[in-house]
Amino acid sequence: MPTAAVDITRRLQPSQGWNGRTLSDIWAYRELLYFFIWRDIKVRYKQTLLGAGWAIIQPLMTMVVFTIFFGHLAKVPSDGLPYPVFSLMALVPWTYFASALAGCSTSLSGYQHIISKVYFPRLIIPIGAVVAPLVDFAIGFAILIGLMAWYRIVPGPSIVWLPALMLLALATAAGVGVWLAALNVRYRDVRYVVPFVVQLWMFATPVAYPASLVPAQWRAVYGLNPMAGVIEGFRWALAGGPAPGVITLVSAAVVVVLIAGGAHYFRRLEGTFADVI
Amino acid sequence: MTRAAIHAEHLGKRYTIGHRRRSRTARDAMAGAASRLYERWGSGTKAAATDDTLWAIDDVSFEVAPGEVVGIIGRNGAGKSTLLKVLSQITEPTTGFVDVTGRIGSLLEVGTGFHEDLSGRENTYLNGAILGMTRAEIDRKFDEIVAFAEVDRFIDTPVKHYSSGMYMRLAFAVAAHLETEILVVDEVLAVGDVHFQKKCLGKMDDIARHGRTVLFISHNMEAIQRLCTRGLLMDRGRLVMSGSVGEVVAQYRAAEQSVVEVGHFNTRGRSGTGWARVSGIRLVDDRGRSVRGVPPEDDLVFQIDVDLAGVSTSGFSLRGLVIELVICSDQGQPLLSLMNVDDGGVELPSATTCAITARLPGPTFIPGRYRLNVFVGIPYLEHVDEIPDAFEFEIAAPERPWRPYELHITRGIVCRKAQWACVSPAPCAKP
Repeated sequence: MPTAAVDITRRLQPSQGWNGRTLSDIWAYRELLYFFIWRDIKVRYKQTLLGAGWAIIQPLMTMVVFTIFFGHLAKVPSDGLPYPVFSLMALVPWTYFASALAGCSTSLSGYQHIISKVYFPRLIIPIGAVVAPLVDFAIGFAILIGLMAWYRIVPGPSIVWLPALMLLALATAAGVGVWLAALNVRYRDVRYVVPFVVQLWMFATPVAYPASLVPAQWRAVYGLNPMAGVIEGFRWALAGGPAPGVITLVSAAVVVVLIAGGAHYFRRLEGTFADVI
Repeated sequence: MTRAAIHAEHLGKRYTIGHRRRSRTARDAMAGAASRLYERWGSGTKAAATDDTLWAIDDVSFEVAPGEVVGIIGRNGAGKSTLLKVLSQITEPTTGFVDVTGRIGSLLEVGTGFHEDLSGRENTYLNGAILGMTRAEIDRKFDEIVAFAEVDRFIDTPVKHYSSGMYMRLAFAVAAHLETEILVVDEVLAVGDVHFQKKCLGKMDDIARHGRTVLFISHNMEAIQRLCTRGLLMDRGRLVMSGSVGEVVAQYRAAEQSVVEVGHFNTRGRSGTGWARVSGIRLVDDRGRSVRGVPPEDDLVFQIDVDLAGVSTSGFSLRGLVIELVICSDQGQPLLSLMNVDDGGVELPSATTCAITARLPGPTFIPGRYRLNVFVGIPYLEHVDEIPDAFEFEIAAPERPWRPYELHITRGIVCRKAQWACVSPAPCAKP
């Protein structure tokens, strides 16, 4: 895997954080990354009764509850869409994000045994952890397509932006998750913080309500929450309407900063993970 | 000129020990920061800080030429494992650097990353990838690995259904087929039954003879001498000797002898009022001769000489006096306590000196070194004589093997045999 030729000399020394070797290192270990993801998916629903059914139940049940309480009782506006579709369009990417973030933040502790026995770029663990839940996302997405067909909603050309928005969701989970994963090695508080953060974060994100409820002058600020950009973008890509514009752009910028900082912090600490984990 | 495969310069690795600096939760970290602040401005001392750190390896420099097979020798805690971890990039050094030329593979354990629910085939690929093999490489060696592990029929069965022997064989087989230019190996050889152990050693011989650079740590001096050409001797984090494997092993053995005096009575660290004292402890054989050690199946017989001359002036009577022997592992973990007042014990005679024996029927413990703490006193009242590590003895290798595996690689410390029987379906034929 380390594809370094026989005569290449590597220097092992106290770490300097992110450097030119980081990416080539991860690239060299791409097969191991693939194996970690594959193992994660393979054992995820072992010994569960419903198996991959969980990937359907979670967003679907949440949608039902939201539709009853927010849609019918609270009469939350839904940008002209039927409320069930409106909320499921947000819940599918949100469920992905929540499980990717939770998985990513605690990913290292699941690998502590391997970390203390073998070298590989530790970054591939959190990366694998945000990729693996994409399978659940795909299943949830299929349900969403079915529901859209039921309501006869046909996506316009803006659907080509969907992969980019998904990448933004993945990057958000990775950007925040990498910070938390590195912190979690030393401070196990992270395990308690994450569910709490995810819950609060959902209310700060236009999952149950449209971003149009937020006053126009605050939209850019709202975009500081990268998931706001993702969810708004998602609805736009699937159901059309006015492009989210500034929200999504601000979100993308925030994610770049998060990822760069997280990766650097992670790299600086990873050399001693084996000692403290 | 060829470059060294491994070139280490002033390598050091510091660990923080104790609880003061190691914060497990953010709250501890904050509390720690506050107390450090207090220390700095309050009392102006930071004396304790240095006690919290330990240099597991300290200023170690060496070179290994390509193709050399090097054994790293040292007592427990000498820094061997830490050195291997730094070399295999599992943890980074605190000071200094290492230049490594070529791919490096580390076998600090076999079966790293095996998942119970995955099949033998899946685990082979997963474990291979973790050790650093490419898919293509594993594809190529797959049949060889399976044949070596002797698990062909079960290769698609989840490994949780494997016997522990099969599991270890497969794990070793994957590791043994790792073909990096440099291999870092911790004692992973001692797996499986005797037959498989031989096969493993054979494989290691193969690896060693094929021009690959190997660093190997083991407590098994025979294996080290057989496999390695050069030795590095470590002691308390420092590299104390580097030379031919014969010289280094000899030096290590000589140093070991002087540190621990097996079979000698030691009175260092003695405490107590002293009106009755242990004046000698010996391990004796059936004919009463002193021995250094016995095989596990034999009875352990300790002879204790006690000086009772002070009893008459002590104000206490002989009746309440208890002699206790505590057998400990060589790490100091108490394993067993024996008292002369136990059922089957003996009363002390009214004489100025006496010698008593304590016989512990065999089989006793697995081969290794053990220590004896001795205590003389009147329970709850008087601490008369206590000597920690008063005596050290050995349990030697069994004279006649009664298990098809080596005893020291099995689990546990206590060595007993059960009486096995088959109760259903009855009656069973004896094998």
